[in-house]
Formats: sequence, C-alpha cells, structure tokens
Amino acid sequence: MADAPQSGTVAETRQALASAGYLADEPAALVSFLAQRLGKPILVEGPAGVGKTELAKALARAGERELIRLQCYEGLDEAKALYEWNYRKQLLRIQAGGESGWDEVHDDIFSEEFLLERPLMQAIASEQPVVLLIDEIDKTDQEFEAMLLELLSDFQITIPELGQVSATTMPTVVLTSNNSRELTEALKRRCLYLWLDYPELEREMEIVRLHAPELPEALARRLVEVVRMVRSLDLKKPPSIAESIDWARTLLLMGAEDIDRDTFEQSMSIIVKHRTDIDLVAERVGVKLADAVRPPA
Amino acid sequence: MPTPYGPRPEAGPPGLAPKLLGFCEELRSEGVAVGTSEILDAFAALDEVPWTSQEDFREALAATIAKSQEDRRVFELLFERWFFRAAEAEAVERGIGEEGQRYEGGERLDIDELREQVRQAIVAGDDGEMRDLARLAIAAFGRQGEGSGVVGVDVQRIRRTLELSAGAQQAQDGAGELPPIDRDQLNRFERHLRRELERDLIERTETLPPSRPLAELDRALPTSPTQDLAAVHRAVSQMKRRLATLGHEQRGRRRGRTVDVRRTMRASLETGGVPMHLRYRPKRPRRPEIYVLCDVSTSVTSASVFFLSVLHALHDSFRKLRSFVFIERISEVTEVFEHERDFREIAKRISSEGGVADVSGYTDYGRVWLEFLTEISDDLDPRSTVIVLGDARTNGREPHAEVFAQVAERAGRLFWLNPEPRLYWNYGDSVMAAYERHCDGAFECWTTRHLENFVNIVAGGVPASD
Repeated sequence: MADAPQSGTVAETRQALASAGYLADEPAALVSFLAQRLGKPILVEGPAGVGKTELAKALARAGERELIRLQCYEGLDEAKALYEWNYRKQLLRIQAGGESGWDEVHDDIFSEEFLLERPLMQAIASEQPVVLLIDEIDKTDQEFEAMLLELLSDFQITIPELGQVSATTMPTVVLTSNNSRELTEALKRRCLYLWLDYPELEREMEIVRLHAPELPEALARRLVEVVRMVRSLDLKKPPSIAESIDWARTLLLMGAEDIDRDTFEQSMSIIVKHRTDIDLVAERVGVKLADAVRPPA
Repeated sequence: MPTPYGPRPEAGPPGLAPKLLGFCEELRSEGVAVGTSEILDAFAALDEVPWTSQEDFREALAATIAKSQEDRRVFELLFERWFFRAAEAEAVERGIGEEGQRYEGGERLDIDELREQVRQAIVAGDDGEMRDLARLAIAAFGRQGEGSGVVGVDVQRIRRTLELSAGAQQAQDGAGELPPIDRDQLNRFERHLRRELERDLIERTETLPPSRPLAELDRALPTSPTQDLAAVHRAVSQMKRRLATLGHEQRGRRRGRTVDVRRTMRASLETGGVPMHLRYRPKRPRRPEIYVLCDVSTSVTSASVFFLSVLHALHDSFRKLRSFVFIERISEVTEVFEHERDFREIAKRISSEGGVADVSGYTDYGRVWLEFLTEISDDLDPRSTVIVLGDARTNGREPHAEVFAQVAERAGRLFWLNPEPRLYWNYGDSVMAAYERHCDGAFECWTTRHLENFVNIVAGGVPASD
C-alpha cells in the first residue's frame, strides 16, 4: 500500500482548485487533499465570508462532481435532511389496491418507490461520487448533529423499514460552521478541521483580480489595503472577500482610477453594511484616505 | 490501515511515532481533547503528505488533532516547542553542533547591508531567507558584544538595531519611502530570531530550557491591568457570538410546548383530515432587560479589565442593556458603550468621565444600592435581570442589605459575579453572605469558562459541564 504510486499531491489539489476558480492557501489545499485521500469529512470554520461554502463548490467543480447542498437552519429535522415517506402516494396505494391483504400493502408502501430522498440520502444513494455540502451546521440543534454521526463515519443511513443504505461511492463531505456555538466533540472527532481566515494581502489581491480581471493591479492593491484597514476596525460586520470582489466590480463600473475619499464614500456601502459601522468607517478610514491620496504639499 | 492497537511500527523513521505520541500527551496535558481516533487519523494523514515540508507536516497534524481555533492556538505553541525541542534534545544528546559554518559571513557583513537584506526578505516573506538572515543578524549582533543572554530582550534589541518596525518608513538617506513592512511578516521574522537565539543558547549551555505549562503562561485571563487587553478581547469576542445566538437556540422544539391548532388542522389535510402530526407554537425566547452594575474600585482592579470587557461584549449582544459603574457612588455608562466601539477608548472614557472620581476611592455598596434604587426603581420589573460584578467588600461601611433585598424583589432575577474564589467570600470586609441570600445566583467569575457557565444560565440553558 505504501508503495502504490501517489496519484495526487497537495500541489495538484491546489492546482485543481485554482483552475476551478478558488485560490486555496496551503492549509486549505492540504486539508482538501487529505479529505479525498482519507475519505474523511472536512469541518470548515471561520468568520462569515471567507469562502467556506465556496471551497465546497470549488471541490465539486475541480472533481467534476455534482454538489448536493444541505442548508441548515433551526428546527431542521430528519424529514427535511434525510428522507421522508411519501404518504400521499402511500394513501393512494392503499386506496387503489382495495382487495389485497394488509401485509402485502404494508410491505409495498414501505419500499423505495415511496421514499422521498432528501439531500443527505441523495448524497449517499448517488451512483456518481458527489460533494456533499452541509452548510452552517452550527445553526441546527445538537440532536441533528448526533443524527449526522452515522452518516459521517460510515457513510450509511439506517431506515427502520428498509434497513441500512450504504454509500456505493465515497462522497466528499464539507461541513461549514460560523462558530456561533461549540459543536460536539463527537462530530469534530470525525472530521478534519480547517480554520479559514481572511487571506493575506497578496492572496486576497490575487482573488480579487481573478474575479475582476479588468481591474488594474495598482487599484486592486489599493482596494485590498483599504479593505484590510476596514477589517482591522472593530466592526459589527467586517467586509468579506465576496464584498471585496463586489467592490472591485463596482469600482470598475464607476470607472474609478483610484480610491480617493469621494469614491470611497460613494461606494462604501458595498463593503460596510451596518449603520454604526458606516459612521465608524467614514470617520476612521475616510480621513486616512484623503491624506494618502493628496499628501499635504 | 492503522491497527486498533496503535500506529504501525513502519509508520515512519524510527523515533517519530513515540515523539508524536509524546506530543499528543503534552497537548492533552494542556487541555486539548486528543482522542485515540485523532491520533490514528494523524498517522493516516502523515502517510499522505511529504514530511520534508514542515508546513505540510504541521498542517496535516493540525487538521487531524486541533479541532477548534483555541486548540489550534495551543497546538501552534506546543508544536514549535515540542518538535523544535525534540530536534535540539537529540542534538544535545548526540553532541552535535553546527560549529564553524553557522554564522559564516556574519563577521564580515556590514550592518547597513544586512539591514537592507533583512528588510527585503521580510517584504518578500521568504521563510528560508528570513531564517538565514536571522542567524546572520544574531552573529553580527553578538560580535558587537551586546547579547544579554535573555532571548526576549535580545530579540527586541536586534529588531531595534535593524530599525525594523511595521508600516511605511522613510529611507535614511531620504531617497523616498521604503516598501512598508507588514506586521505579520515582521512577527514571523521575530519568531525566526527567537528560535535561532534559543537554538544558540541551547548549543552553548548544552541543556534545554525548562518547559513551563502553557496554562500558566498563556491561557489564563489577565490578572493585572498591565497584561494584554487583546487576550481578554479575543476570549470575549468568541463569547460575543455565542451570546448573540444563544437566544435562538432555545427557539427550537422543546418540551412544554403548546399546540398550534390552526397549523395542526392544516397539516391534518395531508392525512385525510386526521390530525396525525401535531404542530406546536414556537417558543419565544426571553428578551431580557439587563442591568449591569460593575465595581471599578481598587480592590477589584485585577478583575475590572475583565469585567469591562464583559460589559463590552454584553452590550454587543443585548439591545436592552443598561450599564453602571460604581465605586463610592454609581454612574450610568450605557451611553459610552453605545457610542464607542473601541474597547480601549471605552476604558479610557469610563475612567475619565464616568463620574466615578470619588473622594475616598473606597467602595460603598450600601450607598450604591440606595442610589440605584432611587434612580431606576421605576424601571425594574419582573422581566429585568440585574447583574452585579463586584467583590462585596464594603470597607467596613453599612452594607444596606435590606435595600439590596428591595432591588432583588423588584427585579425578576438578580445575579452576582464575584471575582474572588468562593473560599475568600465573607473573610475580612467581604459581606457576600448578606447579599447572597437575596440573589438568584452568586458565582465566582474570573475566567471565560466561569463566564460561559453564567451566560448559559442567564439565557435559560443549563450550566456547561467542566
């Protein structure tokens, strides 16, 4: 086993992600690589808007796999996440087959034909390997997490009436969390852990330029610097990478050549979206910009 | 496949497996929950990555072992120490040194030239280059005979000699601006410096410095105001998010629900009019009105930084929150928190204009209750929660417990957070017992864990287990 040629390396994974439009940093590439090699789920945590969900999408694109997404929310239950019996159809079946015996009907209505597959079930039952994205797992309650355990460690689901359904192909599972509550130890134990943070200046610049290629380099650098400056303030909602990209596109549309005070104040609402934050940013960053652009003679 | 009995013997060069296990053992002793399954995962992961790259090696270990940001921080600190020490211990044991070649060129190098090179390496962010230059710098520095023998001091001296500081700088000859240095990059260079200095020290003394448990150094909350504010803030910012979502969690399905007749009837249509699935009304979370009273006198100096940051965090999370600080008299600081988001600024404004500049500087709890009661007794109702942060040391003055009882009676709930261990309560001038009788709960509180426990209770949950 150890002698088997290594089909992929971390660098290749990184390359594949990059060609799918996702510039992964070293840890992200390594964890994605390990997840595929070891068949373990990835638990991605980090502040909002650093590309946690995007990582899953990129993995799907890079591996040419289908992406199955389960968006978590409070009160999400098995019927919405795993499977549900199609009782309307079951009722119809009972009413239609009037003369057949109960046993027969009973066996019949609890067959796969009457099963409504929900995302988790879909991912397990799929013929092709898929990427399963369980988004914002921290929004659900602990009971739901417990339910996931069987799925995540053995890639199987037990349906009382049908028995176990095991995965035929190994799905790549990505769980994301905004860290709004502590996840259970049991869940973490089954996952590889990846903490995504705001990228470093150079990498964020690359990302912005990848998504807004027409933006001149000097302007992109300026933009990222300003965004970092904004992030360093204690804001209610610091600007995400997606917002940097949006801002870059806005600047393109505005035909701005430099980020000076006017441009900034006009387009600030793209990156700052809270009233008190806007006041703070205008006060702190806006002033600095004026100084930087027109240095006192 | 790894066997259930532990790592395969051929899992790597001899000696690594025990080293890794030792590392995990050390992590455990720092309170990181490393299970056997994690260790097995770590070994499986190491099968997949090239060990020659330190980065890959570390990340692979981190991804399998450190499963939260807090764990990751401990992991980073220990990884440096453990694997660095492991290499050094081996070297000391076998008597290997890097004499002669290590500081090649260090003696000849001009300090200005070195300065320029270091700057370039830092801006470029090349780790290997930085490391080599760190060695050169240490050698050049040592030649000047200024080594103090204390690593931390030397790092700062070298940094100053090289005139490195974050941000843009004017070149000395006035030839325009030098490329700005990123703070992170500079920190990286300092880490290299520190490492090389430690390595040097070990080589000279041929012993390893004693390892201190991190818990004492690094993870306890500041006990004196001179300690880093950022540490408190980091801890509290984590909690901030928890607090913000705590209310929501309770909204899920719980016992003691009421049936929503309309939705049940509607759902029954799916089952032919038979109400097979009951629908419940969602439970509305309690929207607490919170009053916080915070002691800022000298007897709680050590805790007041912590308390103020708690106040800060609370303000971000609860809309209906009024806060007060007191020493001898009470004064409301809700405004300050609402208009200022920067914690340092808040601390400054409270001390300068909080209106607590008292004559004696000694806490007068009795007077505080009287004032609190007259000022806001009309606003207190059964929905309000009062939280007192203080040590209940009255300096021998009248405690006015009966007034406190009135406050407790009007408010729905009253909690007391005491920065002293329970053992010290009621010793000396502490009158905790007199007040505790009227509280819905009194807690020791000087770490974030205590605080989280308390927060869970306020939000209606159960206390987290240790």
